[in-house]
Amino acid sequence: MKLNRRLFMGGAAAGAAATTLSAPMVHAAGHGKPKVVVIGGGAGGATAARYIAKDSKGEIEVTLVEPTRSYYTCFFSNLYMAGFTELGSIAHSYGKLASEYGINVVHDWAIDINREARTVSLAGGAMLNYDRLVLSPGIDFVDGAVEGWDISHQNAMPHAYKAGSQSELLKAQVEAMPEGGTFAMVAPPNPFRCPPGPYERISMIAHILKEKNPTAKIIIADPKEKFSKMALFQDGWSRHYDGMIDWIGGDFGGGNVSVNPHDMTVTIDGEENKVDVCNVIPAMKAGKICDMAGITEGNWAPVNPHTMQSRVDENIHVLGDASSQGDMPKSGFSANSQAKVAAMAVRSALTGSKLFPAKFTNTCWSLIDTNDGVKVGASYEATDEKIAKVDGFISKVGEDAELRQATYEESVGWYAGITSDMFG
Amino acid sequence: MFRIRNAAIGLTVALCAATPSFSNEIGNAAEGEKLWKECKSCHAVGKDAKNRVGPHLNGIFGRRAGAEEGFKYSKGLARMGKDGLVWEFDLLDRYIENPKAFASDTRMSYKGLKDEKKRADLLAFLRRYSDNPGDIPEAAPTAAGTDHSVDPDILAIQGDPEYGEYLSSECTSCHQLSGDNDGIPGIIGWPAEDFVIAMHAYKDKFRPHPVMQMMAGRLSNDEIAALAAYFEVAE
Repeated sequence: MKLNRRLFMGGAAAGAAATTLSAPMVHAAGHGKPKVVVIGGGAGGATAARYIAKDSKGEIEVTLVEPTRSYYTCFFSNLYMAGFTELGSIAHSYGKLASEYGINVVHDWAIDINREARTVSLAGGAMLNYDRLVLSPGIDFVDGAVEGWDISHQNAMPHAYKAGSQSELLKAQVEAMPEGGTFAMVAPPNPFRCPPGPYERISMIAHILKEKNPTAKIIIADPKEKFSKMALFQDGWSRHYDGMIDWIGGDFGGGNVSVNPHDMTVTIDGEENKVDVCNVIPAMKAGKICDMAGITEGNWAPVNPHTMQSRVDENIHVLGDASSQGDMPKSGFSANSQAKVAAMAVRSALTGSKLFPAKFTNTCWSLIDTNDGVKVGASYEATDEKIAKVDGFISKVGEDAELRQATYEESVGWYAGITSDMFG
Repeated sequence: MFRIRNAAIGLTVALCAATPSFSNEIGNAAEGEKLWKECKSCHAVGKDAKNRVGPHLNGIFGRRAGAEEGFKYSKGLARMGKDGLVWEFDLLDRYIENPKAFASDTRMSYKGLKDEKKRADLLAFLRRYSDNPGDIPEAAPTAAGTDHSVDPDILAIQGDPEYGEYLSSECTSCHQLSGDNDGIPGIIGWPAEDFVIAMHAYKDKFRPHPVMQMMAGRLSNDEIAALAAYFEVAE
């Protein structure tokens, strides 16, 4: 916490004497304040950094490493594509975390973790020491997951599964589709970030096309035989976008897909389709830094459900999409919920604060069309084996318009709530 | 501009209100009493009426906005009061029509009442508790802020605010720290008793919201009391 130290020294120089100056020197001579480094400034990392800093009341030095200065939330990025919100409204800065919570915000990439020395190396050359490390890097894509596609094709065939420029690109491509053109989505296999996300996106793209290009078609090639809120989406699609959307599930060859970004073709179960826009959402894995740290098993980093500590290294906590924890979906809400449990565990380990039993919650809202919102959610508890679902609910097919509108409005309120919980 | 216009109307109506016949011409108070049912889960009027989730509304006509002692108003409403806004018919009418349009940060979790006649009726009913203090009926308060009865032993539990602060982090994923009500009601500064009653109403599945039923469903009586103790003093 360089900032506080400097401020303190300034104050000492301005007036008072060696007695006050000696306090931080004692700290420096001994162990100093415990240090936490958080990698990743999304729903998991920003929340964890804020809660650790806020609740430790200056007893823990918190450094947040996040490459982007302006963070675009993935949640609500589908709504942005359909014009329900502005891109600026889903962008957030880290200014308050620095100014109000004293968090050392470093805009850089973490490129290496030395677990023995407990250090993090940054691309810019700096090295950070930690007592506890919180990893919340989100997702990366599995190489070779969709035949014919790799990250170098993300302009021709955007994934738009990390929000920001990719979301802008996909929106622009959909709006520029020729009359009666075809939009294709290659949907990912489980588990992946935001289970209803691809299907909310289809709804939002159908919303744009219905207004601007009503004879256009949508094809979804999906390796899965069912998906989140399936009945709700399919009911909504037939009510709002009848005949526009063709979903090809795993049992009809939806998983047998290759793409050609040069010719703009998508081949599904042997049948080639010429398309105008193709949204490729490949299979996912934990953000690469987890692999570099050597804490993954398969594609994800397993954690202890009581504290979100890595099963491999108890000095590391893994949050959100990157973690493998049990029953919770990979969502911003889940990451935010897990971050609070981890923050409490980190404080308890470093400052001896009280440790209460872990509780987790998730709710995912999706918008199908204007004022037609649905939601699914559950509560969870930690068992030794996994984060286990306790109770849950889901919107029902046939709910009246007033309830659907209230559900949508609730999601707008939730957005304001969670983003202030993340960024202060 | 908005504020100045309101303040000007406030002044005009305040002058009109000085004429004694005014109260009789607002609307049908008996009809308004029926509409009041929707208000009374948060507001009280009548003898011994206290501030609940919302401020008590005895004497609301002629009261300065954001000025009822002991009630935590949104910054916007408090500021309007400081700027001289006094509640009179036209202003209350506009506020009830669309609370957030009138005061964008209001904590009143109420969408608004579009029907002009219904607003007039409701205000006619409320006006009974404002003409002068002597008119307040000697009956029990028309609302105790309760729409659900809770065992007095549960209400008597003293919550631990420190535990409540920890538990509250589950609430603030949705309920804004600022207390703003924006699709999801603000819960900052709620009186503890109202908080406990509301949570038990969800826990018992008396109130319908599925997320809240789930959240409250797994909280113990002590945990609800702890949350209530925390949110009552949270700012």
